[in-house]
Amino acid sequence: MALLSCSNLSIGYEGKEVIGGLSFEVCEGDYLCIVGENGSGKSTLMKTILGLNPPLGGSIEFGDGLRQTEIGYLPQQTDVQRDFPALVSEIVISGCQNKLGLRPFYSKEDKARAKAMIDKLGLTALEKRCYREMSGGQQQRALLARALCAAEKIILLDEPVSGLDPIVTAEMYELIESLNKNDGITVIMISHDIDAAMKYANKILHIGKHVFFGTADEYRNTQGAFASREGGEA
Amino acid sequence: MAGFSDKLEYLSYPFVQYALIVGVLVALCSSLLGVTLVLKRFSFIGDGLSHVAFGAMAIAAVLKMTNDMPLVMIITVLSAVLLLRTGQNAKIKGDAAIAMISVSALAVGYLLMNIFSKSSNLSGDVCTTLFGSTSILTLSKAEVALCIILSVLVVITFVFFYNKIFAVTFDENFARATGVNAGAYNLLIAIVVAVIIVLAMNLVGSLLITALVIFPALSAMRVFKSFRSVTICSAVFSVACALLGILISVFAGTPVGSTIVAADIIAFAIFALTGALKRGK
Repeated sequence: MALLSCSNLSIGYEGKEVIGGLSFEVCEGDYLCIVGENGSGKSTLMKTILGLNPPLGGSIEFGDGLRQTEIGYLPQQTDVQRDFPALVSEIVISGCQNKLGLRPFYSKEDKARAKAMIDKLGLTALEKRCYREMSGGQQQRALLARALCAAEKIILLDEPVSGLDPIVTAEMYELIESLNKNDGITVIMISHDIDAAMKYANKILHIGKHVFFGTADEYRNTQGAFASREGGEA
Repeated sequence: MAGFSDKLEYLSYPFVQYALIVGVLVALCSSLLGVTLVLKRFSFIGDGLSHVAFGAMAIAAVLKMTNDMPLVMIITVLSAVLLLRTGQNAKIKGDAAIAMISVSALAVGYLLMNIFSKSSNLSGDVCTTLFGSTSILTLSKAEVALCIILSVLVVITFVFFYNKIFAVTFDENFARATGVNAGAYNLLIAIVVAVIIVLAMNLVGSLLITALVIFPALSAMRVFKSFRSVTICSAVFSVACALLGILISVFAGTPVGSTIVAADIIAFAIFALTGALKRGK
């Protein structure tokens, strides 16, 4: 059964549709890349899946006992965060919010989970470092660790490599691939980098004037039909 | 030395003790919320709300209400909720909405006082409300009790929701995605801020309230690196400056509100310097 299936989904803000008629499925272990022009609704789609935006029509269904609040989300950085005084450990454990419910404080298990994620992403030495003093790549890893605290099976990444230099970008892609291959975590990623999308992802969702959903190979074969590569996306 | 021991005797007067208690509590509460407000780019909400409270006090004066606290509290809380709403809908952006409500309340308040007030010393009254005054030295037992109760509630709320407040402040979208009702916490923050503003009106007056909200947080952020240490430091900072300011103003006869803010400014300079030296190493 699919972890996530959207059928005839229509998304937008305040009743204004950005894009409609989206149908796709994500199964356990998938690596789905969402590509498309700026303003085509990629981030809106992600927010709709997370329940931050109500869908305007169609349906989103979660399978395999997945709950909406158990999706690990890596949002794009905000201005507020750039000079935020917080330790990596404080940020990572805030991913355990979905386990808190009405409890005011984190439990031992929550703390152990946060610690495990910090170690897993190689942040052990940075645990007591201040977020605003870290490099862009380190910040993204901290936010990814936070997403993993929240996630059981699936993570949603909104342009995880934007603003990173090529070396750090490659490291980030490898890290995400290893989470997908070795830990069996399902990945949905918004990307501008179509080459990387086809290299790592097994499924591609292209939204915009043309909508495509299928495997990365099928997408490669139909590339001629999409203007995006010549359209200044590269 | 005779003069000094005379002045020390002031401390045994109940009205001075009341002022110290209220000053410390208001400083503590405002600094706790200050960290969140500064980080969420809401520094000026305190300013806007305090002007609303000023307008509400003018209305209460016109209506000849003997106890204006409930009316002022209700109007300020409603404005706080309204401001946060406009912030989300973004038809008029947050900062513009705050500026608009703030100056409107100020203008209408002064207009009302001018038209209806029978007071012989109108500009004195207005100055008192804007800059704080002796009113902190004329607190009644009931007002002190109310202040203590509200402050305890604010501190308990803050400690209880500390982790949620952190999550909502750092990343509202992520918090909402993990099932935190961010809207409700924003509402809670707005209401608590409004309550603190009304309490703080007595202490520093409506023009200087922003100082109580932002100085402790900004100073603590110069030096400390974790959210927890910034919060604790800004609480200690705020209480220390308030104590120092009130004591100096009692001994030197200076206005309470401006003396506290002056202490805040000097302490901020020290913290900024310390922070710069620490980074320079």
